[in-house]
This record gives sequence, C-alpha cells and structure tokens, in this order.
Amino acid sequence: MDFDLTEDQRLLKESVDRLIADQYSFAQRKAYAAEAPGWSAKMWAQYAEMGLLGLPFEETLGGFGGGPVETMIVMETFGRGLVLEPFFATVILGGGLLRRAGSAALRGSLIPQITAGKLKLAFAHVERQSRYNLADVTTTAKRQGTGYVLDGAKSVVLHGDCADKIFVTARIAGERRDADGVGLFLVDANSPGLTRRGYPTQDGLRAAEIGLSGVRAEAVSEHAMPAIEHTIDEAIAALCAEAVGTMQVMHDTTLEYLKTRKQFGRAIGSFQVLQHRSVDMLVALEQARSMAMFAAVMASEENPIERRKSISAAKVQIGRSGKHVGQEAIQLHGGIGMTQEYSVGHSFKRMTMIEQMYGSADDHLAALAKLGGLFGKAA
Amino acid sequence: MDLSFTPEELAFRAEARRFFRTEVPQSIRDKVQEGEGLTKDDLVTSQRILNSRGWATVNWPVAVGGQDWSPVQIYMYQDEMQLAHVPSPIAFNVSMVGPVIAQFGNDEQKARFLPKTANADIFWCQGFSEPGSGSDLASLRTRAERKGDKYIVNGQKIWTTLAQYADWIFCLVRTDPAAKQQEGISFLLIDMKTPGITVRPIITIDGGREVNEVFFDNVEVPAENLVGQENKGWDYAKFLLGNERTGIARVGMSKAKVIRIKELAALEFTGERPLIEDPRFQEKLAAVEIELKALEMTQLRVVADERKMAKGRQNPASSILKLKGSVIQQQLTELLMEVVGPYVMPYQRDFDGNNEPTIGPDYATEAAPMYFNYRKVSIYGGSNEIQRNIIAKAILGL
Repeated sequence: MDFDLTEDQRLLKESVDRLIADQYSFAQRKAYAAEAPGWSAKMWAQYAEMGLLGLPFEETLGGFGGGPVETMIVMETFGRGLVLEPFFATVILGGGLLRRAGSAALRGSLIPQITAGKLKLAFAHVERQSRYNLADVTTTAKRQGTGYVLDGAKSVVLHGDCADKIFVTARIAGERRDADGVGLFLVDANSPGLTRRGYPTQDGLRAAEIGLSGVRAEAVSEHAMPAIEHTIDEAIAALCAEAVGTMQVMHDTTLEYLKTRKQFGRAIGSFQVLQHRSVDMLVALEQARSMAMFAAVMASEENPIERRKSISAAKVQIGRSGKHVGQEAIQLHGGIGMTQEYSVGHSFKRMTMIEQMYGSADDHLAALAKLGGLFGKAA
Repeated sequence: MDLSFTPEELAFRAEARRFFRTEVPQSIRDKVQEGEGLTKDDLVTSQRILNSRGWATVNWPVAVGGQDWSPVQIYMYQDEMQLAHVPSPIAFNVSMVGPVIAQFGNDEQKARFLPKTANADIFWCQGFSEPGSGSDLASLRTRAERKGDKYIVNGQKIWTTLAQYADWIFCLVRTDPAAKQQEGISFLLIDMKTPGITVRPIITIDGGREVNEVFFDNVEVPAENLVGQENKGWDYAKFLLGNERTGIARVGMSKAKVIRIKELAALEFTGERPLIEDPRFQEKLAAVEIELKALEMTQLRVVADERKMAKGRQNPASSILKLKGSVIQQQLTELLMEVVGPYVMPYQRDFDGNNEPTIGPDYATEAAPMYFNYRKVSIYGGSNEIQRNIIAKAILGL
C-alpha cells in the first residue's frame, strides 16, 4: 500500500502544475473566458502539445496511456485553475465512451485526432424528464438501412456547443427507463437535422441544448449501458479530483485572507471562532481528498456494484465537503467574497455545479444505502 | 498509488485475526461488543495474553519489548484487535507511562517498572487533570516539595480513569511554584498504597464508575520515583500526549460497531419490515459509513507517510484523526440507541446489584449508557475545541 506517485506521474503533475501556475491566473482565466468559444484555443493547443488530450488513450494510438490516477492528477490541478476548456467533455466523457464502447476502427480513426487537439467531443444524455437516470431515454433510434435515424432532444450537453462530434443516447427498444434498449450513437455536430443552442453555465463554462430531427447516425453500441455507466463512474472520480483542487484553493485563499485582513486592530485570523471554522474547512477538505483517492483507485474496478458503491460514497463526501468549504469560504471573506471581481466566488460556483453533476449527494447517499452501505461481514 | 497490501502484510493480518479471535476469551470480547464495563481481571487477563506474544507493547522501543513493525503492521494489528472486540492494552500502561519511562527513565526505573507494566502486574492510572486545570493543564497546582530524599505531595487530581483498579499513578506535580507555569512541573510515579492517598468515585451520567478524584494529603514519595529531570515534566507530558497518532481514530472499533448495528437492525422491526430495510435508517447509517471510510483512507495516508517521515514529524492529516474519529464514534452510539427503540429505556446495569432477568433483548441494555458515556470521547485527551486550537496554530499558522 502506498500513495506515492510513480516517476512518470510525478513529472506529469509537475508539468501540469507549472502550466496552471504560469498560464491560468485569475486574470488570465478571465481573458480566456472572453474569447469567442468561451475558452482559450491557445491553451487547448498547449494541452495537445503536452499530451494531455491523449491522457487515457493507449500509447499505440499516440495516447499517454494513463489511468484514473493520471486523470486525478490532471483534474485536481485543473480544479485549482478553474480550467474552462472542454477537457472533461472531450477526454473524460467522450474519450471514456470511445475507449469502452468504440470499435477498434473508430478508436483508430478518432483517438489520434483527439490527441492532436483537432477533434472535440461531447456526450448528450440528459433529457427534460431524465434527471440523473442515464437509462431514462425517450430520444428514439429507428433502424434505417445499415444505420439509424435519431429523433428527440437533449439538454445541458457539456461543451455541446463547440463539439465536433457528439455521443448521443437513444432508445432502440423497450420502455422509457429500460436500460437494455439504450443505444449509443455518434453524430457529426453539423449533421442535417441537428440543431444546437449554446449558452454559458453558472460556473463560466459552456453547454448546449441539442435538437435531433431525423438525424442519420451509426450505432457505436446497441447495448451501451454498462459502458456508459463505467464511463460516468470514471467521470465522477475525475470530478471528485477536480473538486479537491477547487476546495484546496478556496481553503488557501481563505486562510491567506484571515492572516492579512485586519479588523479591531488585528488580523481576523487571531479570533478563535474563525480559527475553529477554518479547521473544520481543513477537515472537510482532507476527508474529501481521501475519498477522491479512493474513487480514483476504485474507478477501474470491474465489479459494477463495488465500483458504484465506492463512487457514490466519494460523490457524497465531495458534495458535502464542497458545500461546507465553499459556503464557509464566502462567509469568512465577508463582502469581498460576494464579488465577481474576486476569485473565491468563482471557485464556489464551480464547486456548486460539481455537486449537482451526475447526481447530488442525496441521490448518491440513497443509492449507496440501497446497496447496503460500505462495511459488511467481510470488512 | 496502490491500496493493495503485500502477501506478507496480508499473511500478518490473517495471523492477527486468528490470534485475537481464538486466544482472547470470548466472554471478554462479548462484553466489549455489547459495551459492558470490563473488570480489572478482564483487562489484566486480556493484556497478559497479548503480552505472552509480545503484542501488548508493540509501540515500545524494541530494546524494552516493543515490535519492529512497519506502520502498516501496526495499523493491521489495531484494526484486527478492534474488529475482534479485543480490549486495547491498558492505555495508561502501554501508550502513556511505558513509553515515557522507556524514553526518559533511568536504567533502574526501566528494570523495575517496564516488565510489570507490560504484563499488567502494575495497573497504572494517570494523574494529570485537576479541578482548576482541565484544558489549561499547565496551571496545575498539586505540589511536590522536596524534603531530603523524599517529595511531600499535597493536592488533588480529577477524572482519574480506573483509579479504583490502579496500583500506581503517574502524576504531573508542581516542584517549582516560582518558575513559569510549564517550567516548574515534574513527572512523579506514586504507589497508590502510600498513606495519605484517598480515591473517591465520580459517577458519570451513564451510571458508570470509570473516573475518580484522587486526593494527596502529605503523601511521601521517594525521590527515586522522579522520572527524568526535576521541572522537565511538561516536556515528558507533551511527549506522552503526542505519542499516539493513528490509533486514536479507532477506525476498527467503529467498523465493528457499524457491522453490529447492521446485524441488530435486521432483528428489529419497524412496521412490516426490519429496520435495516428502512430507507431513512439505511441512509443515516450510510452517511456515517462514508465518513468512516474517508477517515480510514485518511488514516492510511498518515500510515503510508509515517514510513517515510523522520520520527516526530507529522502529516497534517493526522491531526484530524481524533477530531473526526471521536464524532463518528458518538454518531454510532446514537444509531445503536435508535435500533433498540423503546428498550433504550430500562436502566439495568449489573454492577448496581441488579440480578433480575433482563428486560428486552440483551443487546439493548447498554445502548443508552454507551451513548451517554461516549460524550466523553470529544472531551478527553484534549477536547475537540483544544484540538482545533492546536491545528489552527500548528498547521494553519493562525
């Protein structure tokens, strides 16, 4: 048992840390957000150059060959910088679906393009009625010749506005919530019959509403749920790591503020009530960090029940810790924490969106409880 | 990053599991499982079994009977001991006075005290807190005045756990009232049979007798019972309090409680179904399980770090182990009370001379007393508020 990074992982961490420290200050991020797509094409090219866009892909296709630990390293640092680029949508979601459901031919043709920064992906699965149920799909896929025709509408597609290709879930057979009849399709963003409306999200990132009207598509997988679920579990583990980076920055920023802000003639960090509250933030952060590591280790678990239990537990911890650290960071800053001009509120907003992604803490707590919790006779 | 253990470590864990579950009497382990008070005989018997294998004092220096174990082995030893409901070796002997004597005592003291301390031939208690000195321990006033080859001790200690069992007490006493608070304190070993010592029980809210007041009225203590140097006692006390790092989280004990709560919640019905199938109960328990899993991971991070760090340095995460561990222990006692429902109410503790048949299920009798009693875990050993003060200063630099 060890928590050490390998030499390669350490080098990866150093280079990503340096990149974010040098090129993702709060002011730089603001400038990137003002660019046309809502993020920086220059940064995207740098990620490609550093090999980050090939992070989880096999080395034979030009990938980095990384696993969940490499993802954790990059996402934690990206969480510190509040990175705007469509890394999560393209590499974690799109890349995950491609790895787990894509044919060798599809992987061989797309992975080199992703790695080179020439292809951006998105995953369209949310529908108006679905909430967090990945199998709740009413978009239809009707067989036509060798392919399918898709009809329906998808919501809150992360970075769906800039994606070149979009993975779409659609029902091939079965009732509204049947997992068995859900297929996974890949469509070109400029396919006839596909409409999209991009918009900003609360945390300054981007998403899109997507309409599908007689869109022709090839099936990536006709029984896609196991691959989709595993991809989302990996994605949650990645978000847990991102959240830890975001919490770390909020805690650091708050601590710095407590040491420098003076009232009543002394640094406010000398007041015991604020000291105790910042200790409780630290406890929440460290518990979250522990569970993000646990999630990274369990993300590659092949037993879906064990994996799901662990990922749900991590998501609950991240959600609760994140809410606590975020709310306290704003409160301990006072008025300045409320302003758009100051960084901590932006971290708070990103953290708040992560809490809501792929199920809230309550949803995951209910799921874990139903599966019997974490400790049993075998413990 | 790798959370798996080596085959050697797993073999060690299996052997620890076998040892604890087969060598320590079931009757003692049952009492621990149900939270019943242990007699002195239970504690001594259990410790002697551990000591016969060198497993009572694993944290001591090897030269005086400790084990040259890796942090992973120590973690597994503690985890398996707690999962098997084996009483921890007497903390006053093993975690507190033993390491202090081993580190700061002279050769004569080591020879005289350490083997008996390891084997529980001497049962120790701790004389630190006083009525006016709780969180502010350094303000203690119990006076030890040097007269020839003796100290004359006068004063009072309080919250002295299991003083009624104790053969000896290790005390912080004031030897130089003129010096600055921390600099006039000494570490003194006192035989409880010495004339002038009075022990008076304090009954706690659960009805139990765990803690006591200890009064010293012109108690004569041979000067050879001073540990280390006169007026350096505060340093030794800090060493003692900083000694236990990872065990304090009691993760294994809490895991065992979770498993027990699940077993019992399957026996209790709410409406048509067992309580364990009630979604609200399931969620409350799962919420604590998540905190406990996170704490176990935090503990493993500290354990992994200890292998690499110079002695004396601490991973910042270690400081949260007590803070979080104590709260989890308390939450589990709440859930156990909830499990037993109305049978939480009858007060029926054996040691009050109650020989009537048990009212309700056996497992219900200790649920409320344990809940009441466990309020202590966020108070003793430096209250959680003091822990926060320490973390704020030492780790956050506030």
